[in-house]
Amino acid sequence: MSGLEYETVARFAQQGGTLYFAAIFLAGLIYALWPKNKEAFQRLAQLPLEKDESDHV
Amino acid sequence: MTAITARQEDTPFGAILLFTFCAVGALVSLLAAAFTQDPSFRLHGYVFLGAFVLASSVMTVGLSSGRFRFDAGRYEDGVIRAGVIATMFWAVVGLLAGVFIAAQLSWPAQLYFPEAGWLNFGRLRPLHTSGVIFAFGGNALIATSFYVVQRTCKARLAGGIWPWFVFWGYQLFIVLAATGYLAGITQSKEYAEPEWYVDLWLTVVWVAYLLVFLGTIWKRKEPHIYVANWFYLAFIVTIAMLHIVNNLAMPVSLLNHTSYSVFSGVQDALVQWWYGHNAVGFFLTAGFLAMMYYFVPKRVERPVYSYRLSIVHFWALIFIYIWAGPHHLHFTALPQWAQTLGMTFSIMLWMPSWGGMINGLMTLSGAWDKLRTDPVVRMMVVSIAFYGMATFEGPLMSIRAVNSLSHYTDWGIGHVHSGALGWVGFISFGAIYCMVPWLWKKSGLYSNRLVEWHFWIATTGILLYICAMWVSGIMEGLMWREYTPQGFLANSFVETVAAKHIENVIRTLGGLMYLSGAVIMAYNLWRTIRMPSLAQSEAAAAGPAAPVAIAAE
Repeated sequence: MSGLEYETVARFAQQGGTLYFAAIFLAGLIYALWPKNKEAFQRLAQLPLEKDESDHV
Repeated sequence: MTAITARQEDTPFGAILLFTFCAVGALVSLLAAAFTQDPSFRLHGYVFLGAFVLASSVMTVGLSSGRFRFDAGRYEDGVIRAGVIATMFWAVVGLLAGVFIAAQLSWPAQLYFPEAGWLNFGRLRPLHTSGVIFAFGGNALIATSFYVVQRTCKARLAGGIWPWFVFWGYQLFIVLAATGYLAGITQSKEYAEPEWYVDLWLTVVWVAYLLVFLGTIWKRKEPHIYVANWFYLAFIVTIAMLHIVNNLAMPVSLLNHTSYSVFSGVQDALVQWWYGHNAVGFFLTAGFLAMMYYFVPKRVERPVYSYRLSIVHFWALIFIYIWAGPHHLHFTALPQWAQTLGMTFSIMLWMPSWGGMINGLMTLSGAWDKLRTDPVVRMMVVSIAFYGMATFEGPLMSIRAVNSLSHYTDWGIGHVHSGALGWVGFISFGAIYCMVPWLWKKSGLYSNRLVEWHFWIATTGILLYICAMWVSGIMEGLMWREYTPQGFLANSFVETVAAKHIENVIRTLGGLMYLSGAVIMAYNLWRTIRMPSLAQSEAAAAGPAAPVAIAAE
């Protein structure tokens, strides 16, 4: 049988999956450390502190 | 629509849709109860029927009197208040069941009831685990997620009446699961015991939950999605995936409660523990980390220590957790490479876990005095400390050599409870102590002294519990592997059970103390809710001469 054999699928899933996940994680890391985002993150870190206990949006 | 109110003028489509859904549901459950030959299935047919008839009746009255029209200018806090009450109710029920089965393990001869099968350990144990995880923890997660997503998106919950469907639908799931366990209905998958039709019901409720949550994020007025919402969303999405895959099954017939899993053998075991460990990772961790990232900064009035770290924490946690399940299957038929993979990912988990713990603890920078003055802050900080401890112990226990001693022993039970009582329980209690005065518009809690009592009694209870389980777990692990010089096993199984008697009694006492703390909390919250509201107490302070100022508020 040619084409989709177990070994082929397994190798694709293992190596491709590793690269794919590593790339997404790296993208998250870059997003977190990107200097331009620093200002937004500093504001977001303060977000829970706003006085918003009233029921008005 | 006038400028004064944004309240809808017509009955929204969502309410009519829900009414139709309940009416059809009542008809379907009536037919199921009428035609089934299976008494267990008929019991649940009647439970469904009762719930749908009740919901249809309430909605008939509501629709005819013009209710269910919502004001987009106000937060939906009613469903959160209901969620807080349900959380405390199920906390007491679930913990009580735990104390009772702990007493059964301590005094098996006295607390064995052959005439009442539903009181047996085997039926009550899933009632306890589901009661504390899904009923107490689940309600705490739903209630706090609805609070946090509205405040951090600055938008009312989406879906009109559907958040209420999520709330009541989830309570119906709990009642179906609990009555099923007592009646002996189970598919025998740990933490996934409910049968196929209850699984389908939970799927419907959970999809509604996901849509309400996503809809609220969709209409947010804040450009960024706050990190707590990322954790809540990961919890909701992943639990949907885990629940559906692990419960794939074929019912014997559409009128019978029994079903058979599509998986068998080692595949079944792997899927079950992929589900089981991610129930820990995404139900008992991700969702409660969301609570930490909102309620800890809010209560101590300090920003999140490092927002960058919280993003890395999030992505690292969700990428690694999903692979850790096979550590439950060391020394089984599962291929050894898969066992090693589960162990490796479990050890890697230590990093994001401690990153998150440090981020939570360091949020107290500059406010450490609150640890002494505010018992609610102390409770949340101790919960984060237990999170750190349990997520250090877990990777340790996942190592094959350690697991050969710890697996199947009380050490595992102790580990779970340091996470559940210490981390999940305390962070939920802390969040609820914060939310109740906000939701009911009170100046504060009824009594901080009662919070102190709750904290110290419960903390002592946890320590008694986990220390007793460390001792008995390591003891029984050593006794199981003890050989005589002739090469025979030195101890029979029942000898190892008898050897644990004192530890079992101490565990029961620890659990009783934790339950007592929760009862004190329920009383404190009840008194808080009955206190005069903020507006009323200000009116009383201002005296009868100046009531106008309050009305203008």
